[in-house]
Amino acid sequence: MSPLGIQLVNLFAATLLLIAFAMLSQRRIVALINLFALQGLALAASTATVAWVTGQQHLYYSAGITFALKVVALPYILHRLIRRLNVKWDIETLLNIPTLMLVGIALVIFAFNLAIPISEFSRSMARGTLGIALACVLLSFLMMITRSKAVPQVIGFLAMENGLFFAATSATYGMPMVVELGIALDVLVGMVILGVFLFQIREQFDSLDIRHLETLKED
Amino acid sequence: MDVLVLLFAIPLAGGAFLWAWGERDSAPEVNCLFSFATLCVAAWLTAMVVEDGPILGFYEQFFVDPLNVFLVALTAFVGFTTSLFSRPYMRTERDKGRMTAPRLRLYHSMYQVFMFTMLLALTTNNMGILWVAMEAATLATVLLVSVYRTAAALEAAWKYFILCGVGIAQALFGTILLYFAAERVLGREGNALLWTHLDLVKGQLQPAILSLAFVFLLVGYGTKVGLVPLHNWLPDAHAEGPTPISAVLSGLLLNVALYSVIRCKVLTDGALGSRFAGNMMMGFGLLSVVVAAFFLSRQRDIKRMFAYSSIEHMGLMTFAFGMGGPIANFAGLLHMTVHSLVKSAIFFAVGHAAQKAGTQVMEDIRGLLKVNPRIGWGLMLGTLAILGMPPFGVFASEFLILTTAMREQPWATPVLLTALGVAFAAIFRRVQPMVFGETTAKRLPHPPALIPVFAHLGIVLLLGVYVPPYLADWYRAAARLIGGQ
Repeated sequence: MSPLGIQLVNLFAATLLLIAFAMLSQRRIVALINLFALQGLALAASTATVAWVTGQQHLYYSAGITFALKVVALPYILHRLIRRLNVKWDIETLLNIPTLMLVGIALVIFAFNLAIPISEFSRSMARGTLGIALACVLLSFLMMITRSKAVPQVIGFLAMENGLFFAATSATYGMPMVVELGIALDVLVGMVILGVFLFQIREQFDSLDIRHLETLKED
Repeated sequence: MDVLVLLFAIPLAGGAFLWAWGERDSAPEVNCLFSFATLCVAAWLTAMVVEDGPILGFYEQFFVDPLNVFLVALTAFVGFTTSLFSRPYMRTERDKGRMTAPRLRLYHSMYQVFMFTMLLALTTNNMGILWVAMEAATLATVLLVSVYRTAAALEAAWKYFILCGVGIAQALFGTILLYFAAERVLGREGNALLWTHLDLVKGQLQPAILSLAFVFLLVGYGTKVGLVPLHNWLPDAHAEGPTPISAVLSGLLLNVALYSVIRCKVLTDGALGSRFAGNMMMGFGLLSVVVAAFFLSRQRDIKRMFAYSSIEHMGLMTFAFGMGGPIANFAGLLHMTVHSLVKSAIFFAVGHAAQKAGTQVMEDIRGLLKVNPRIGWGLMLGTLAILGMPPFGVFASEFLILTTAMREQPWATPVLLTALGVAFAAIFRRVQPMVFGETTAKRLPHPPALIPVFAHLGIVLLLGVYVPPYLADWYRAAARLIGGQ
């Protein structure tokens, strides 16, 4: 296995993690979508690199699917959506970004700790990648919790899927093709349904603020 | 093999056809017809598995053994009876103006797609496809939960989508870890996610990886089972969606999610050789039973109350499968069957009752026995059955679970008994005045479908009094597959 390839995969992994942090603190919806597209690009590049290093033919296809879905299709749908919903220039008030970053760092440490015992069994290239993948998942989760607008929550949800996909390519050289196709289909259908749903929410509440959606509670 | 093709083709074709058929008046009947065809094929498949043993199909991508074939039969049966119930129910909703023609079209089409995803999840041999099917089941139902487009329905559907989406993402991570462990043993030939292959080599899978994978899988699929503390979506989705959807969510989807957890548990048990997976399931199960029982008494909405009752019963099953061993597994499977029959029957009765009263608030539903004795008796008998009164089948399965718990986990028995007692008091206190008492409600425009209610309750009664030997053998075979202990 070529050292250059391993270095490249590590580089892309680090990029993914950095973008996850950037998304956590990004307040503009447009910028958030661009960051998401960038993360998808890093993911596709890392998948292609793994394919090149290991000679796994099917990983090229999966890199292609990732590119088509996460760099082209989903950002396009999202851009269209925010234009039609008129929330393109929305800025969200995020409380206390430094604290959020610190919590994020704690999550990364936690993820690495959780992944250590498993990375030991890894004969695949980069040992830290599983930890990074888990960290990306947890950071997206944190992002979803801290957002109160619907579109950023959706982006957090999609970013979580990026982290999972990275885990699959880096730790196991990709899932079987049929599974990957199924997951891609689910994500795409899910995105379309979410889009329909956002319109329904806006129609009902005249806003995309999730805080309207907190009335069903146990008293 | 051909049977499997039909099993998937019919609901899928049904979904497409009903979408094309559109807003015609006969759509509910067409829906019933497709559901009935699915039921026939499921019965055929069941007969084949009972005769010739497990079936593998399509390059081993599909696998039917006694464990999942019984769930396939149950799913197809409840799917069919629910479509019968939904016929007058949805027509009444339309007359009331809560449903419009385009929404009914979406409803019927998605109903069939939902059945397809559940059958796919049950029969697939590939743990990755299992995940895909579970996620697809969420996607198919999310628009059904929000179909009334009220503020509460949208909120419930959003919560359902986000919570189940996040939950099931954890299950995907678990599946990736499982694959990571499996490809070290099975190689990367594409069959490392096939359950039958995994089952053969489960003793060689790396325990450290599998235990972490199981935690993620349990949390992920457990969200869909509605285990506390991951249950928040469940009462909202049940209360705000149309009642036929509440019936299939409670009666079928939760079962399918629990089935996924059981498949994962078998692998984890084999790899670890310890009670780790079982203990986790017992913990989550017990917590669900207790928390749900105490929430029951605080409910005002009738569908919400029975949704909490579903959480309680799913917790009880999870606890039973966590204990493991032939008797507890047998009881768990029996409880799965009777719970889904009784709970869907209750939702049928509740649906008609709520339509009659024009509200889901329990204080405003009164005197069902006066206006329509059959709805009243259906609700009363269903409630008695779900509360575990003899001679219904729920009594038999709960009795088996409790006696096994006394022997295996004595500490848990008082907790379970207390929770069941609290649940009894909470539900019975509410249902009694709804059934008896005075009322001024009017007749329904479409005659209610009560045959499914009494058919379900009749089967449950039969299972409580006498489990036919071939059925008992079948349950025992399935219980052996789950193993444990």
